Amino acid sequence: MNFFDKLMKLDRRWVFLFLVVVCVATYMTEFEVPILVEPETQVIFDFVDELEPGEIVLIAIDYDPNNLAELHPMTYAMAEHCWRKKLRIIFTSLSQNGPGMADQAIRDISDSLMQDTEYNGVMYEGREIVSGVDYCFLGYKPYYALVILAMGQDFRLPFPADYYGTPLDSLPMMQGVINYDQVACVVDLSGGNITDAWISYGQGRFGFPLLLGLTGVMTAQYYPFLGSGQVVGIMGGLLGAAQYEKMAGNPGLAMDGMRVQLYAHMVIILFIIMGNVGFFVSRRKQKQAERR
Amino acid sequence: MRHLLKLVIVVVLLAWVSSPAQTDPPAEVDSVEVAEVTPPGPVTSLSVTDKDNDHGHATVLSWEASVDDSTGLANVISYEIFRWVPFAMDHVDSLRGQLSGLRAEIAAAEDVTDEMETRLDLLEAAFDAAIDNLPQAHGQYPQNGEWRSVGVVASGVTAYGNTGTKEPTSADYIPDYADLYYRVDAVTADPVVRTASEVYGPVQCYGQWFNTDRSPVLVAVLAFGFFTLLFVTLAKKGTDLYVRPLAGIEAVDDAIGRATEMGRPILYVLGLGSAADVATIASFTILGRVAKRVAEYQTALIVPTYEPIVMTVAQEVVKSSYLDAGRPDDFKEDTVFFVTQSQFAYVAAVNGIMLRELPATCIYMGKFFAESLILAETGALAGSIQIAGTDEIAQIPFFIVACDYTLIGEELYAASAYLGREPILLGSLKAQDYAKALVVAFSVIGLIFANLEWTWFVDLFHVAN
Amino acid sequence: MKRQFPLFLVFIFGLFMVFQYFVPHETSEWVYEFLLDWILVIGIFALALGIWSLYKVSVDKIKTRKANWGYSYVTLFGLFVMILFGFTSQNGDSWGWYFIFVATVMLTIGMVIQAMVSSGQKGLSLILAGVFLVASVLIGMFDNAWSFHFYTAEGLQNSMFRAFFDHILIPILSTMFSLLAFFIASAAYRAFRARNLLASLLLLAALIVMLRFNPYLSPIFGDYMAKTSNWLMNVPNMAAQRAIVIGIGLGIVATALKVILGIERGYMGKG
Repeated sequence: MNFFDKLMKLDRRWVFLFLVVVCVATYMTEFEVPILVEPETQVIFDFVDELEPGEIVLIAIDYDPNNLAELHPMTYAMAEHCWRKKLRIIFTSLSQNGPGMADQAIRDISDSLMQDTEYNGVMYEGREIVSGVDYCFLGYKPYYALVILAMGQDFRLPFPADYYGTPLDSLPMMQGVINYDQVACVVDLSGGNITDAWISYGQGRFGFPLLLGLTGVMTAQYYPFLGSGQVVGIMGGLLGAAQYEKMAGNPGLAMDGMRVQLYAHMVIILFIIMGNVGFFVSRRKQKQAERR
Repeated sequence: MRHLLKLVIVVVLLAWVSSPAQTDPPAEVDSVEVAEVTPPGPVTSLSVTDKDNDHGHATVLSWEASVDDSTGLANVISYEIFRWVPFAMDHVDSLRGQLSGLRAEIAAAEDVTDEMETRLDLLEAAFDAAIDNLPQAHGQYPQNGEWRSVGVVASGVTAYGNTGTKEPTSADYIPDYADLYYRVDAVTADPVVRTASEVYGPVQCYGQWFNTDRSPVLVAVLAFGFFTLLFVTLAKKGTDLYVRPLAGIEAVDDAIGRATEMGRPILYVLGLGSAADVATIASFTILGRVAKRVAEYQTALIVPTYEPIVMTVAQEVVKSSYLDAGRPDDFKEDTVFFVTQSQFAYVAAVNGIMLRELPATCIYMGKFFAESLILAETGALAGSIQIAGTDEIAQIPFFIVACDYTLIGEELYAASAYLGREPILLGSLKAQDYAKALVVAFSVIGLIFANLEWTWFVDLFHVAN
Repeated sequence: MKRQFPLFLVFIFGLFMVFQYFVPHETSEWVYEFLLDWILVIGIFALALGIWSLYKVSVDKIKTRKANWGYSYVTLFGLFVMILFGFTSQNGDSWGWYFIFVATVMLTIGMVIQAMVSSGQKGLSLILAGVFLVASVLIGMFDNAWSFHFYTAEGLQNSMFRAFFDHILIPILSTMFSLLAFFIASAAYRAFRARNLLASLLLLAALIVMLRFNPYLSPIFGDYMAKTSNWLMNVPNMAAQRAIVIGIGLGIVATALKVILGIERGYMGKG
């Protein structure tokens, strides 16, 4: 068996090993990769950036720890952007392990907001983020489609109290906030089928602007909704998060992870090319043998 | 600059209107007091109607702009909409506040006393009575009430929707079947200088029994229902209906035979969908078929599930199949079991089963997400024959790459017709094909008409929310 | 009758749900919301059944000493300890006897399971279970450093619950997900071969989409690559997806109709 035949029958574990080596090496080495911004992500950033202080953004943290690598950076970038711009946030979590993710993100971002920071040349003073004033975390309820429908009537139907047990009526920021009518937009960060429910039951029925943050694998599936105008913009995977961080001038987890992803992609492409070279060479040999 | 000024004033006005302290701005102000700004002409032809195709509690206002909006004095910068509200509404608001306070108190209390419960009952009864009284209170116009602002729109706008909620417990509640009165003020840069329109009323809002905006959907459903019944009837009469063969479905029987020969189990994965998902319902049918064959061949079957309701239904399906195969005693309850509702914990469990039990055949039918490739690749590592079917578009490529046979999208739903070969099921499949042909025909016609700018054809299919 | 009644229910409620879509009136909304509440209630009862199933399968595995039966203990430990953490939380800074309480509760459950799985002497296990149970009840009654929360989500703030979530569950689940990267690599390696014209087109399209945002290539191709890739995503990709979506949509309506009319009964175990 020559080299090309071996290449054709390469055990998948060699592919795995090579990928691990590249991932670890790029993770350990500090260097920056340039990020190009897609129009789908640009519209999301512009939409949030143009909101007035005090407006409310609903961020649905509909992902479990498994999608953390791709979606958590989006939550961090968007929530920090919103709070720096003095927008108010309603967090919901319709995925079973989502509340843990939301809770962790809120704690971390609140800490980061305590610092004075400069983003894109604008100085933002540090401030304390207060539950019930700057944000309201509604928590988790099972059967997401029903919860999305019920929130369209009144947030208090599925969530009489917030995640921490405080009745919604006693939270300052929820005064006069009944349903989606009082919300500037809904951002769904999801790694599963909850996005479909937000599109058909949420946007379809109540007509709010819907911004999506999805895992890379899911992104292509939601392009038709972008074309039909049901969705304002889509942030796809780690790349989408990195693009948002770049526009916000706030490099974080995603831009850090991009060098690993970029090189991992190049390895995959390299393997595809090698596979094809092997395929062509062995096919030519086979044909030559047949001619003889 | 003028637009900016307008905007600033509208924002200030909005903030002012939403402030609860200010309830009744001057209705018709004597313009002599403010000599600098001349009062504008009033809006005319104000008309208020019930909002169509909704559950009630909403009205729609329309008017003709003031003569001084952009033309004439051009001093109108916004319109403020007022509704006459009886003082009985204040009583409702006060009771609502008390009720919400008491409920919060009860929610926070460690021990709910009888006294609290009695107070709650009394308060709820008083609140209900106050709500019931609202239509009557509205009937007392213009006594015992006042004009209250419900919204502001910028100049140039000549319509407004006064949408309330149906929940009496919400501050935005607008009662149905109550006489409502409206007026619209043309407001200048000095908010005190304004001119009120004539009062419009009474008008009542109420819910409709048919949403005419959704008529196209009703027509489509009825047409499709008709096709289905037609072809089912034809099939019952013995008309031969041809359906093309599906390799994935035909492979199921061979795969079960293979498992029997190898003496290894069959793993059936129903996916991550709920029992209400059509993909899962279709999967139950295939599971029934597989379980029946498994019972006949006495092969082992493993069905780990992600959803408790799916587990319950799947247990019933497998049990019935064993009964149909004449081997009810061979059915073991733990053939179908619940694992977890955490996506990747479920994947870990199923992969573990694959690598330990080395099933001869893995069947994945239902809704799948990011786990599809992890399952299918592990199955391939375990040396299983794999058959998959899903309607999740993003996962179809992964299954095609890693499995031996894949049912794409609707092929999964059609599987029950293929497996059973019952005429009525084949009939419904045929109806689906004709409906698809119609969709294609309408798409082509729509494309041509849209290019000719004949929008009426496309509008026929427009469905409002 | 046993088969006819469920079919009748499906017909009535299915038909109601179809017509509810066309009736915006409050009464129809009320019935709709009432039915949605029922789904929630049934779901929660089914969850209890699900947990019972998991418990039973795990215990059976230990009992019959199936391959890797030891892991079933880990499953059961995880199940019960997380439930316990979720229902309790500390009142102040001190934990008091909390961890001894957790240990006694877990030992009680462990002994009960031991009694269930052992074929011989069950008495000793049951006596020990009783002793641990009494100990845990006594600690629960007299220790004020922590308390139970059955009606609120306060237990989710329990730092033990959080620690297990943050430091065990999150890393494990992230690891599972990251396997996807490796499987995509190996699947792409095997699948993207230019075997014929169509496969070559697929390969070319895949390469363009994958390379579109590669910053190292943008100086060479300019925005040509990004434009081509956007065209691929927005035109051929969207066209193909819409075709599948329309097919799926009709399939869903057809299947729903078959279920409502009782033609499709597979979900009731009747093919």
